[in-house]
Amino acid sequence: MFGFIGRRLVACLVLVAVIAGITFLLAFSGTSNVARNLLGESATPDQLAAKNAELGLDQPLLAQLGTWAGHAVRGDLGISWFTNEPVAQAIANRLPVTLSMVVLAVSLTALISVGLGVAAAVRGGWLDRVIQVLSVAGFALPNFWVALVLVVFFSVTLGVLPATGYVRLSESPGSWAAALVLPVVSLVIGSTASAAQQVRGAVIDVLRQDFVRTLRARGISPRSVLFRHALRNAAIPALTVLSLQFIALLGGAVVIEKVFAIPGLGTLTVNAALQGDVPVLMGVVVTLVVLVVIVNLVIDVVSGWVNPKVRVQ
Amino acid sequence: MTARKVFRNPLAVAALVILLVIVLASIFAPLVAPHSPTALRLDKINAGPGSGYLLGGDGAGRDIFSRLLYAGRNTLTGAVIALSVALVLGVVSGLLSGYYGGLLDGVLGWGANLLMALPTMIVLLALFQALGSSIYLAMVAFGVMLSPGFHRLVRSQVMAVKHELYVDAARVSGLSDPRIIGRHVLLVVRAPIVIQAAVVAGIAIVVQSGLEFLGLGDPGTPTWGGMLQDAFTNIYTSRVAIWWPGLTIALTVASLVLLGNAIRDVIQRTERPRKPPKPPELVPATPDADELPLLRITNLTVGYPSSDGYREVVHGVDLDVRHGEVMGLVGESGSGKTQTAFSVLGLLSPGGTLLGRSSIAFDGTELARLPESERRSLRGRRIGYIPQEPMSNLDPCFRVGEQLVEPLRAVSGLSKQAAVAEALHLLERVGIPDPRRTFAAYPHEISGGMAQRVLIAGAVSGKPDLLIADEPTTALDVTVQADVLELLRGLQTEFGMAMLLVTHNFGVVADICDRVAVMQDGRIVEVNDVRPLFASPQHPYTQTLLGSTLEDSTPRTRLEVNHA
Repeated sequence: MFGFIGRRLVACLVLVAVIAGITFLLAFSGTSNVARNLLGESATPDQLAAKNAELGLDQPLLAQLGTWAGHAVRGDLGISWFTNEPVAQAIANRLPVTLSMVVLAVSLTALISVGLGVAAAVRGGWLDRVIQVLSVAGFALPNFWVALVLVVFFSVTLGVLPATGYVRLSESPGSWAAALVLPVVSLVIGSTASAAQQVRGAVIDVLRQDFVRTLRARGISPRSVLFRHALRNAAIPALTVLSLQFIALLGGAVVIEKVFAIPGLGTLTVNAALQGDVPVLMGVVVTLVVLVVIVNLVIDVVSGWVNPKVRVQ
Repeated sequence: MTARKVFRNPLAVAALVILLVIVLASIFAPLVAPHSPTALRLDKINAGPGSGYLLGGDGAGRDIFSRLLYAGRNTLTGAVIALSVALVLGVVSGLLSGYYGGLLDGVLGWGANLLMALPTMIVLLALFQALGSSIYLAMVAFGVMLSPGFHRLVRSQVMAVKHELYVDAARVSGLSDPRIIGRHVLLVVRAPIVIQAAVVAGIAIVVQSGLEFLGLGDPGTPTWGGMLQDAFTNIYTSRVAIWWPGLTIALTVASLVLLGNAIRDVIQRTERPRKPPKPPELVPATPDADELPLLRITNLTVGYPSSDGYREVVHGVDLDVRHGEVMGLVGESGSGKTQTAFSVLGLLSPGGTLLGRSSIAFDGTELARLPESERRSLRGRRIGYIPQEPMSNLDPCFRVGEQLVEPLRAVSGLSKQAAVAEALHLLERVGIPDPRRTFAAYPHEISGGMAQRVLIAGAVSGKPDLLIADEPTTALDVTVQADVLELLRGLQTEFGMAMLLVTHNFGVVADICDRVAVMQDGRIVEVNDVRPLFASPQHPYTQTLLGSTLEDSTPRTRLEVNHA
């Protein structure tokens, strides 16, 4: 088991390094206008050159990457070009907001999609049809548009839930929850629709396996066959589905944050993207890739624990 | 051919029509649109639908309907760009990966995994300025990130067809690799690619709209996402404006997905009758007053739902298994012998139904009309089952021991300790050299022969009166087969069980059976004791089967040795 985790860990580190490297080279290759954007049109060539030197942009690209990486491994992600705030600190302030939204959404997605998916796989019939329709609808309705519709209905028309404004959990748990209801619901609708259908497929696949017939032939109760054996086997594809949903929801949260004016990582990223604040963008990408890698690693370990056969590969 | 079938699906036709209308309206926007997409009228700012503007005016007083049409051009172009990049990259790399394999496959597969770990939206935002602040270039980047889907799809399909005979034949006949790929391999992967393309185009439209909604993109050109952004900023003044671009996106994407689903259904032939037809009432079997054998099957008819009623796979089988005897059920694959065995267990595949006068009398109880809960109480206790393929019949997630202990406790109500002791005893009895180690092992850690012994131990653990063995040695090594047969024979005598042994192998029959029934096309054509059947087969089909067995002669020789 430790060998298995160790191997995965090395692969993950390589993955983070490669993604960070490629993103850096792409993002920092288009920085010729940064000094002018920062200093304004009236800046003299000397001033521009001085600014470029200050930001380290006069160095060769690979040297810049080396410097950045050297700092990054020590937790220093540089300083924002536009706000002068340390990037690591800006991310640390905003990550919890986005994470609370995404973790809530993933948990709800897991609960609902497993319930719906298992029920549809076992019962079939109308429930099956509902899931089919839901999965197309959930795919076709962009979550930010669902969010807009929810805002129109619950905030503008009914006025029962806040359309904007985020309150920290420590300030007022009630307002915190109220502020998160609509964002989380708009995320969950789409992800549940697709996850439920995949859970349904996974359960149906397992129930068709030979060993299920053999277990039934041994006189084991249908409840044990379904909940002890089939669910445990279906857990591995289901976990993979959920980890993909987690990645998708991180992206979805960016847009949802804009709708509800939530001061999370998404808002930070969008503003940085519009301004061309490359250090912030690099920091966000690296942070999220590390997060995704950690989630995948946890899913791998859990899968290996659920089904020891996974560890062998 | 496929296209014609797709057109028979009303949902697919509707989706296709909607897509066509949207695409044509976007292409011919200058002809169709009543106003210029950029013409401002101050009196129409946030105007409601119908007030001179069909769908109303936006926050700057422009005609929403006209802008929707022009926006379609930009949004659809973006989707086409992403799709093309993903298609070319994914299909080419998938073909190379699948066809050549090896190091190339490793490198490309790693790249695909890398792309799939990316939070795409964030990366697109991060690269937006570096890519020149163009939504089209962002869609090129997005296409790269979407390519793993095609890569994996094509790779697995190519792997599957690479070793098909016709591809080998093409290679032997001297066709060059690119020509083989082009002519034989691409043909196979065509349909799944079309389906995936529909999904990818949908994703591209949604993500592009998301980027534009965030304000990335050219504010001068109308886009569906940009229009949503405008509607959002004016949400307190005009609540209806968010509907038009949103519904357009939803309609377009849903049409793409539905079209993809329809094509998939046609290719996979998943079309099933809406509702399986109601099975005809079972006719009560006439009770037989004579002394019944342990198992008496009469008129067994098994059917599966099809588009016109039930398709029969077993047509009125009569078969007796007496107390303590080994009955062989022989026939080619597809002759219905396994269906007959599963009928006795009550474990037919989903949809499988007993029809007509089917009767399965087990020790005086009519199984065909027994409720499922009562049938279940027979399984494991009175009727045991040994499957064909050992490795796929053990739950990979549980240790071997647990898979023996759980049924023991369920069936015999043993305490945990007693069940463990009994399981270890059973493992020893079936000839497993180190029972404790096997008990603690996972199924993938033991050999096929060991796994089959474990399954035999499980089948006899409830001390059943009848053991149903479905090709118990077919999946095993030749060297192990004889041992397993001997074990079965030993257990059968020890427990005094009757056995219904399904096999296609006359060697097995000769080794272990007392009587044989020969099955062909869902009917039993001949039943007899083993020796007379081998000596003078009556039915021509039996003669053919025996004749073909003779060619590889070992079973026959063994028979002569055994019974000489």
